[in-house]
Amino acid sequence: MKEMTALKDPMVPAPFRIERVRKELSDTFTIDLVSAERRRAFSFLPGQFNMLYVFGVGEIPISISGDPADPETIVHTTRAVGSVTNAMWKLGAGQTIGVRGPFGTSWPVEKAEGLDVVIVTGGIGLAPLRPAIYQIMSNRAAYGNVCILYGARTPEDILFRKELEKWRGQFDLQVDVTVDYATGRWAGRVGVVTKLIGRGGFDPHQTVALVCGPEIMMRFAVEALAERGVPNERIYVSLERNMKCGIGFCGHCQLGGDFVCKDGPVFGFDKIAHKFAIQEL
Amino acid sequence: MTAKQSPLQKASIIDVQTLDDLISTLAHAGYQVIGPRKQDDAIVYDTLRSAGDLPVGYADEQDGGKYRLVKARDGIYFDYVVGPQSWKRFLFPPHQKICQMRKQGKAFRIVEETAEPPCYAFFGVRACEIAAMKVQDKVFDNGTFADPGYLGKRNAAFIVAVNCGRAGGTCFCASMNTGPRAQGGFDLALTEIVEKKRHVFLIEAGSVRGSEILAKIPRRAATGEDTAAALAATDRAVKGMGRKMVEDVGPLLKRNLEHARWGEVAKRCLTCANCTMVCPTCFCSTVEDVTDLSGSNAERWRRWDSCFTMDFSYIHGGAVRRETSSRYRQWMTHKLSSWFEQFGTSGCVGCGRCITWCPVGIDITEEARAIWESEGRR
Repeated sequence: MKEMTALKDPMVPAPFRIERVRKELSDTFTIDLVSAERRRAFSFLPGQFNMLYVFGVGEIPISISGDPADPETIVHTTRAVGSVTNAMWKLGAGQTIGVRGPFGTSWPVEKAEGLDVVIVTGGIGLAPLRPAIYQIMSNRAAYGNVCILYGARTPEDILFRKELEKWRGQFDLQVDVTVDYATGRWAGRVGVVTKLIGRGGFDPHQTVALVCGPEIMMRFAVEALAERGVPNERIYVSLERNMKCGIGFCGHCQLGGDFVCKDGPVFGFDKIAHKFAIQEL
Repeated sequence: MTAKQSPLQKASIIDVQTLDDLISTLAHAGYQVIGPRKQDDAIVYDTLRSAGDLPVGYADEQDGGKYRLVKARDGIYFDYVVGPQSWKRFLFPPHQKICQMRKQGKAFRIVEETAEPPCYAFFGVRACEIAAMKVQDKVFDNGTFADPGYLGKRNAAFIVAVNCGRAGGTCFCASMNTGPRAQGGFDLALTEIVEKKRHVFLIEAGSVRGSEILAKIPRRAATGEDTAAALAATDRAVKGMGRKMVEDVGPLLKRNLEHARWGEVAKRCLTCANCTMVCPTCFCSTVEDVTDLSGSNAERWRRWDSCFTMDFSYIHGGAVRRETSSRYRQWMTHKLSSWFEQFGTSGCVGCGRCITWCPVGIDITEEARAIWESEGRR
């Protein structure tokens, strides 16, 4: 009995100190955290998420958007769309946020070695993929062609624009960006990101595809990838569902028999293709 | 069948008056004894001080959307079956504090709280309810994460089972292989034997601590006649069971996720969430983070939640399951089908509560049967 009470409750958050909060876009910000207790290492895999708690306001799941090679700073990028994210944006350096995690499955970065990698992403979906991009770039020779296909609503909504521009300037990366609506002096591509899949840059039979964005975008991305001949078992998608615990207890994130929090959020598409086809599952 | 035979061979007989000794022995051993009591015209689970607190002489009439307590056979202790509550409310309370946090300057810290978990003796646990506890054991210790609050209470709990001598109106445990006789998972198990000339309990010990408690109360060894009478009692319950779950319901529902029946049941379902609140295995919860008025003390609470609410599946942009048909399908397919994928067991134990407490009397066995029959079976 005593032993049991000594077990750590996985629902209790650990306090982390905010090092920096910075604006990315009109509705999107990045928050850097370090452990409040001591600068202890926080290791995670690309694609995993944390449950972030704002004192007295609430807790939400947010993907980690930083570099897995930096174990000291945990970086999250999120849109301010609800009460918790709005409260989070108002916090400043030195204040505390509760962290539980890291939770969930990861992008198959190591499994993709020796193959081409195509990353198809839209909007804030780039955030959970950035750790995978960092990891691939740190071991670039292990991969074939690497393509990043990114879609945003408008040029003003392009996330991590400076980094995308930097990556685009490299000879070992193909970066293609498109917007739904051209505003201002945009002279780049206009149209949905899934249209870029047909343009090539990767060998469909030797490619791993990492897909993250709105669910409707992912459906069309998967369709376009299949059309090119990428098999379902080499397509990976990251899903979003309501989560209250992150550890398979609360039941909110169920997708058929899967708990998106622990069996996902990253799924091999072959594992969930049949569920994707069913409305409101 | 050996599991059925062996404990019975070690069975004892106790007189009805000895139930009181059993309760006081458990109380002296440090347990908080919880058992069935009559409150607001229903059987609920609450503290038992003596056998006199038990709802002696009552039986329940249950059907889809119907529950009535009636005066039945005089002096009979366990003629009713399960009521609206289950033991879940003690092991996984409807509203439970997870932790407390205090603001300190710009930061906050977790307030360390150490409380011994309550040590319950559950008195009068039906076979289906033991099955339900075993189901929740898998939920709250999923191999990667464990809920220490649940496990602390669960491991400490002393289980006194009662084998059902009568089937309730909505019971279907026999077709779920969960009852009406408890097959393990108890410390002590009682079977009420009611004959013309005698009224006794057959009692079996299912654990070391069960034997230790049993050793402290007056008893005599059961004869072959006694065990036959006890088995006859549960056999009567099996025969009296009017409902039955169709076979292989897990695969059946999995291949019928887009069946027209979901739309049909949605016309009746009120999405009131009653079925999920009375279900002894439903485990969905939400987390509430609150502060006091000063804003310097925060608490995290866990509260039962239901897949029938619109909020349940809400993500930015709207709820995933907007239609009643989707929410009913989620509940029923989870319970009877995807639960196997998640925990290797059915999420339904056949207690019938969801049928009884559904305000419009939707019957999970009937819904499954409708889909089953639509595949041309009989």
